[in-house]
Amino acid sequence: MTELYELDASQTAEAVASGQASAVDVARSHLDRIAAVDSEVRAFLHVDVDGALAAAREVDQRRADGEQLGPLAGVPLAMKDVVVTAGVPTTSGSKILEGWIPPYDATVARRVKQAGIVMLGKTNMDEFAMGSSTENSAYQITRNPWDLSRVPGGSSGGSSAAVSARQAPLAIGTDTGGSIRQPAAVTGIVGHKPTYGAVSRYGLIAFSSSLDQAGPFGRTVLDTALLHQVMAGHDPADSTSIPQPGPDVVAAARQGARGDLSGLKVGVVTELTGAGGGYQAGVLARFRDAVDTLQKLGAEVVELSCPHFDYALAAYYLIAPSECSSNLARFDAVRYGLRVGDDGTRSLEEVMSLTREQGFGPEVKRRIMIGTYALSSGYYDAYYGQAQKVRTLISDDFRKAFEQVDVLVSPSSPFVAFGVGERVADPMAMYVNDLCTLPASLAGTPAISVPCGLTDEAGPALPVGLQVMAPAMADDRCYRVAAAYEAAYLAEHGPILQHVPTLGASR
Amino acid sequence: MSAPTYEAAVAAYQPVFGLETHVELGTASKMFCGCATDFGAEPNTQTCPVCLGLPGALPVANEAAIEFTIKIGLALNCSIASWCRFARKNYFYPDMPKNFQISQYDEPLCFDGYLDVEVNGRTVRVGIERVHLEEDTGKNTHVGGSTGRIHGAEYSLVDFNRAGIPLVEIVTKPVPGAGADAPEVARAYVAELRDILRTLGVSDVKMEQGSLRCDVNTSLTPAGSTEWGTRTETKNVNSLRSVERAMRSEIIRQAEILDAGGKITQETRHFQETTGTTRSGRSKEEATDYRYFPEPDLVPLAPDAAWVAELKANLPELPAARRARLQQELDLSPDDLRSLANAGVVDSFAETVAAGAPAAEARNWWLGYLAQQANSREVEASALPITPTQVARVIELIGQGTLSAALGRQVVDGVLETGADVDQVIAERNLGLVSDTSALTEAADAAIAANPDVAEKVRGGKIPAVGVLVGAVMKATRGQADAATVRSILLEQLGVSE
Repeated sequence: MTELYELDASQTAEAVASGQASAVDVARSHLDRIAAVDSEVRAFLHVDVDGALAAAREVDQRRADGEQLGPLAGVPLAMKDVVVTAGVPTTSGSKILEGWIPPYDATVARRVKQAGIVMLGKTNMDEFAMGSSTENSAYQITRNPWDLSRVPGGSSGGSSAAVSARQAPLAIGTDTGGSIRQPAAVTGIVGHKPTYGAVSRYGLIAFSSSLDQAGPFGRTVLDTALLHQVMAGHDPADSTSIPQPGPDVVAAARQGARGDLSGLKVGVVTELTGAGGGYQAGVLARFRDAVDTLQKLGAEVVELSCPHFDYALAAYYLIAPSECSSNLARFDAVRYGLRVGDDGTRSLEEVMSLTREQGFGPEVKRRIMIGTYALSSGYYDAYYGQAQKVRTLISDDFRKAFEQVDVLVSPSSPFVAFGVGERVADPMAMYVNDLCTLPASLAGTPAISVPCGLTDEAGPALPVGLQVMAPAMADDRCYRVAAAYEAAYLAEHGPILQHVPTLGASR
Repeated sequence: MSAPTYEAAVAAYQPVFGLETHVELGTASKMFCGCATDFGAEPNTQTCPVCLGLPGALPVANEAAIEFTIKIGLALNCSIASWCRFARKNYFYPDMPKNFQISQYDEPLCFDGYLDVEVNGRTVRVGIERVHLEEDTGKNTHVGGSTGRIHGAEYSLVDFNRAGIPLVEIVTKPVPGAGADAPEVARAYVAELRDILRTLGVSDVKMEQGSLRCDVNTSLTPAGSTEWGTRTETKNVNSLRSVERAMRSEIIRQAEILDAGGKITQETRHFQETTGTTRSGRSKEEATDYRYFPEPDLVPLAPDAAWVAELKANLPELPAARRARLQQELDLSPDDLRSLANAGVVDSFAETVAAGAPAAEARNWWLGYLAQQANSREVEASALPITPTQVARVIELIGQGTLSAALGRQVVDGVLETGADVDQVIAERNLGLVSDTSALTEAADAAIAANPDVAEKVRGGKIPAVGVLVGAVMKATRGQADAATVRSILLEQLGVSE
C-alpha cells in the first residue's frame, strides 16, 4: 500500500478533498516519516508536532463545516528557518538567534496558514542563507537523501532534502544567489526562484535585501506552481513587492504538461554551458540531452551570448556581503537573541562584540567583513558602485537576449551533489556552485530548476538540474517549459525520485 | 591670555555659520510603520516588529511624511527631486533598533532653497542646502554614574516609542557676512523656520519636548582673509535663546584660541544650558564611517510633478506674507512688527486682535507683561499657557473698568498658574473692582479719621495731598478699587471740589 507521505502535493490535496484521508492522517504520516528518517537526513531544526496536528485538525474541521478550501488545504510543508513564524522558534541557522520565539508571522507564513497548508517544522539552512551546502548551519549538517555522505545543496538544503526524502511534499526556501535552484538540482526536485518582488519579503530574515526572494519546492512542476500561487501576490508591508498581479503559473504548468512547445524560442547561454571549463562533463551531457528534448517538443533552440554573465560572481560577492553587513547589524544582544558576557563588568560594546564573535559563524563573519570594507568611504565607488554597474549590464544582457528568445536555459549548477566537507575549506570552491544561478538573481528575473536526469561520473547516480530563465513577471514561461520537459522525461524514464535509496533502513 | 569680549571677537574675525535643524513631523503614525507617535506614552508601548528592528521586518514609507517634507521644501523655496532614494546610515548605538538609520544621503527630497530673515533692519538670505527625511532613534536613559552619559552608567534604559518617528533635517548653506549679527541671524532663522513649520501644520515644534533640535556650525575667518576657518559643530541646542548663546560663546572661544595663535580643532561640541558654553565631544577625525548606501528595502521616491505643483498652489499663507498683510491691516509700525516677530508672538498678537482687543493694547500685553512672564519662566511667550482669547478678555474687562491694569496682571498670573479661564480666576480670587460706593465711602471715612492732619491739609486747599488718603483706601480694599472713584469719594467726603 502506498503511504500517505509518498504522495505528491496534488495527490495529497486530492485525497484530503475527496475524504480518502484526513489532514490529520496526512500530517501524522509525515511526522512519522520525519521521526523515521530525520536522524539520517537531519533536514529539520525544529519539528512542530503540536502545531502541525492542530493546523491539520483545523483543516478537517473547516472541511466538515462545509467550507470551500484552497487547492493545497491539508498538504504538509517544510519551512526554511529563515522565515519568521509566530510562536515557532526561528534561528536562520544561527546561534545568535538560538531560542528566539518570534511574536509575528512572515507574510509567506501567514499566506501558507490561510491556505490550509500544514507546516510541519523549520528546516536547516546555511547560517543566514550564506552558503551552497547547508554545512554553514550553526546546528547540524543535512545529508543528501541520494547519498548520505553528500550535501543537499544550499542554502535551502534542509528544505530540498525534506522534499527529496519524502518528509514533506512541499517546502519553502529562499534564493539570494541560487539557494533554491541549486539545492533543488542536487536533490532531484523542482525549485523556483520567482521574479524579485513577486513574493513578499516581509518576515524573511534578510541576507541581501535586493536579491532575497522566497520560492517553492515540490516534487513536480505542478505542485511547485500550486505553492507559488499561494505565496505570491502584492503585500503592502513590503515596499519592493510588485503591485500588479503575477501570471497564473498553475495554468502555465498544466498547459506545459501537454508537451507542446512549438513556437517557443529557447536560448542556450554560452557563458553558462561550460565554455570556460569548470562544469562536470556528466552535468553538461544531461543538459545537452534536455536541450534535445526541448527541441523534440517543438521548441526552436538558438545559442546566444550574455557576455556580462562572466562578471556575475564578482558582482554578487560584493553586493550580497555589502547588504548583509548592514542587515546583520541588528544582532547586537540588546533586544533579542544571544547575549554573551553581560556579567556587570563589561561595557555595552564589549558585550556586543563578544556576542557577535561567538554568535556568528566564520562564513557570516567573512561576508560582514567583506561588505563592511566594500561600503567604506573611499572604497564604495570601486566596489559596491562598480558591482551595481555590472548588475545593470547583466540586466541589459537579459533584456537583449529576451528580444530574441522566450526563455534561456542552462544547467542549474555546474556540479552534482558533492561530499560533506569537500569544499568547506575553500570559499571560492563553494562560491562557484552559484555560477549558473547568479545572473537571474542579480537581474531579479525568475528561474526554475527541474530535474533532467542522472549522472554517475562522481560515483553513485546523482541528479542534474535544468534551469529555465524568463523575463521579469513571466514566471509562467518557466513553469510551462519545465512542465513540458518534465512530462517528456517522465514518459521516457519514470519519476526520478524512484532512484532515491531507501531511507530509515537503520531503524 | 584671557577670552576677548564678543565685540572684540567679531571685530577681529568674520563668523561663518550653518545650521542643521531636526524637526519631528506631526504625522499620526511613524515613518516606516503604523505605530502611533504620541508624546509621553508609557515606554515601549508604541512599538511593533518594524520599529523594534525585529529580524525580517521591513519598512514602508509614510506618505504623509513625504507630503509634509515636500511642503517644507516648497515653503523654503527649494527644488523638489523628481526621483530620490533613502539611504542607510550605518553605526552601532543601542537606541538604534537596526543599528542603521534610514535617512537620505546624496539624493535629498528637497534641495537648493533659501529663507530670508530680518535682523536689525536688514534682510539676510539664508541658503538652504537640503531638506531630507529620516527616522528618529529611540531614547536612552543612563542610570547611575555622575555624567548621565553611557560611560560610567550602571545600566541604561531604552524607550523605542520615539524610534521611527519621522524626522526632517533642514541644512543651511554656510552663511557668511552676518558679522556681529550672526548669532541673532541664526536665532531669527530658527524662529522663522519654526513659524513656517507651525503655519504648514507639519509639526507642533515644541522645542522643550525635543521636536525641534539644532546643531550649530561655527567658524571664524580672520578679518581681511577670504579663506574660511575650521568649523565646529555644536549639538544639543534646543531653544531659540540657546542658538544665539551657543554661537556667541563659540565665537568667543574660537577667537581666544586664534588670538593666541592656536588652531581650531574640527569637532563636535555640546552646548550646556547651565553655563551657556560648549564643551568638546568626539572629534570628527575619529568619527564613524557611516558606510551610506541606498536603502534596498525601499523603492525610490518619485513625487509626481503635478502633485508637487498642487501642493505648492495650496500652501497656506506663510509667516512673512502674513506679517506684511497684518502690518498693513492693523496699521502697525515696522518697529512694532519686528518686535512682535522677534518675540515670536505675531500670531498670538493677531489672534488677540481678532478676538476683539485694540491693536495697541494687544501689542502692549504681548511685548510687555506676557514677555516678562515668558522670560522669567524661560519659555517662548507664545508657549505660555494663556490663549489670545483670554488675553483679549482681560483687555476687554480693563476697558470696561471691571479690572484695573494691576488687577489685570493678577488675573493673567492666575490663568498662567492654574490654567483656569479669566472669569473663573476673577471669581475664585475675588479680583473684581469694588464698585459698591457705600463700602468705598465707609473706607474713605475711616481713612480721613485715621489721618486727621492730611485731611486738614486737603480741606485747606492742598488737594494733591489727597493721594495719601487714596493710598490708604486702596490698601484697605487690597487694590480692588478704582483709584479715580476713590479719589472723588474722598474729596466729596472732605467737602472739597476741584
